[in-house]
Amino acid sequence: MAETGHDRPFPPGDYPVVVVGSGPGGLQASYCLSRLGVDCATISQDDAPGGMFRQFPIFQRLLSWSKPDAPAEPGTREYEWYDHNSLVADEPRHQGLVPPLMDRSYIVPSRPEMEAGLAAFAEQVPVPVRYGCSWESTRRADDGRLVLATSDGEYTCRAAVFALGVTTPWFSPIPGIEDVPHYVDTRPPEEYRGRRVFVIGKRNSAFEIADGLLPWAQQVVLGSPRPVQTSVLAQATVRVRYLQPFEDHALGGGTFALDLAVDRIERVGDRWRVSGQGTTRPGAIELEVDDVIAATGFSAPLLDLEELGVRTVAQGRIPAMTPFWESSPGSGIYFAGNATQGAPGLRKHGVGAASAAVHGFRYNARVMARHLVGTHLGPKPACPTVDAPELAPYLLEEATTAPELWAQKAYLARAVYRNGDTEIVPLAAWLDDPGDGAAAVTVEMDASGDVYPAVYSSAEGNVRELLLPPHHLNDFRGPEHEAELRAAL
Amino acid sequence: MTERDELVRSLSGLTLFSDLRDADLEAIADPELERRFGEGERVLRRGLSGSGFYVILDGEAAVEIADDDEPRRLRRGDFFGEVSTLLDCKPTADVIARSPLHALEIPGPQLEAFLLQYPRVTYRMLQTVTRRLRDVLG
Repeated sequence: MAETGHDRPFPPGDYPVVVVGSGPGGLQASYCLSRLGVDCATISQDDAPGGMFRQFPIFQRLLSWSKPDAPAEPGTREYEWYDHNSLVADEPRHQGLVPPLMDRSYIVPSRPEMEAGLAAFAEQVPVPVRYGCSWESTRRADDGRLVLATSDGEYTCRAAVFALGVTTPWFSPIPGIEDVPHYVDTRPPEEYRGRRVFVIGKRNSAFEIADGLLPWAQQVVLGSPRPVQTSVLAQATVRVRYLQPFEDHALGGGTFALDLAVDRIERVGDRWRVSGQGTTRPGAIELEVDDVIAATGFSAPLLDLEELGVRTVAQGRIPAMTPFWESSPGSGIYFAGNATQGAPGLRKHGVGAASAAVHGFRYNARVMARHLVGTHLGPKPACPTVDAPELAPYLLEEATTAPELWAQKAYLARAVYRNGDTEIVPLAAWLDDPGDGAAAVTVEMDASGDVYPAVYSSAEGNVRELLLPPHHLNDFRGPEHEAELRAAL
Repeated sequence: MTERDELVRSLSGLTLFSDLRDADLEAIADPELERRFGEGERVLRRGLSGSGFYVILDGEAAVEIADDDEPRRLRRGDFFGEVSTLLDCKPTADVIARSPLHALEIPGPQLEAFLLQYPRVTYRMLQTVTRRLRDVLG
């Protein structure tokens, strides 16, 4: 329900920081900034919290787990690793709000359960938001501050956090695709009964559609130039989308996942003709189908931000950014939520960060908030400290239990500085400028799926990497790990 | 002209990919493999495991080895990271962007399958590596 009249918070005006968006990224960023004492104005074009989860996924089931009962106690930091969908808070009572709302039919929440969990966070914390306020354009004032023009008036700020989501339909540049419905326009599955459906794409959203239509459609064919990377999928949460359709493809059950560069899509009467060239197996391919759905991806709605120097990656769909999720150092233009995948990190062994998912970007937001305050508002927020003799067990404790390190493998690190200060930082940033850093620890995964701690120690400008062995129960706190780490440090 | 076309076109203009069909180039032009680095940003890090193979699409980078006065410059069409990726060892040099850098990265674990799938790319790569060896040996 939209708040109206004088009850709406954050009227246009001057604020240190403006957060745009009320999805999980916006709520998390707003919460983290507020806890650091920042008077941030959060605005949203929507009329309620939840962002993309008010509508997506189309087939109403998320991908990542939230375990109501888990090896760690709900409300604790350790429990966060077992609950990928709740936003994170300093107060135990605001932690883990999604699992209690789940009906336990599945280990992953439904879309309405997720939406309710986000709404509960916004209401209980609370995270005030000016709903029904659309950001429309951006400029930089003469004094360097950012000015956001909105449907309610102008906001001036030292820094802005854009948590816009990555849900604007994006189409591959294929002749004829302009007439094809996008993933977001997929009809109820029963309307595909007995029909032959071609899905453009072989990524997560394409297989979600294929999975949802399998019980109804006569046949589903997916096509895109690149083959499905089953070895990567084996270790990815998205594999649940792929299981049934890909099994159907592999066993010859009627579903096909073609490696196909589509040349054109044409209307032929009330059907469609899809023409292209095979990639993995060369040769012309032509199909006649009843429906075509473009599962070709999404983009972040950046409006005019590129005019302020924001660069993009992924065919212009995602903003490029620094390891601290700023469009360029000092620009004051930050990102939160799904778009933080624009800071890819090291991608060691080809393993990407989880920044496109809540369990990854909720930590990005917390780190970003500290960086933003330290860089643009000052002073740098205080850090907890650790005594030097405890360094090795502390790093191994973090490698075993820190949800930030498990969620964002080889991406976020626990850094310890020579004065004993410690904080979570982007690994890429720490490696390039460890400052007076003594050591940093991450959890990493190699191509074989082994998970192990990596400790980076810094001395005289050089950073040394120490890879510790995996442990069969992922517990790196034993004497062997400690002895090896103490010797290296 | 869309950005995707530009990526395919950019790849097709490189010697490394000049023998490939358009459909192959479309398969290689994976937006998830596209990387952008700011000037001064480190692309390859000396002594760190798990790195990838990079092909420069636009911009300039420098190979920086400790105590080396004249870092080797890399430009559009050049590639790096093949030694550490093919031999599964840690890079012995840093590679740093010397201008805004646009590159394609083949992650280390995917390079073998990539080179086997596109043998003409492998052949072109071998030619370049052989030229480098000849230059070193004089």
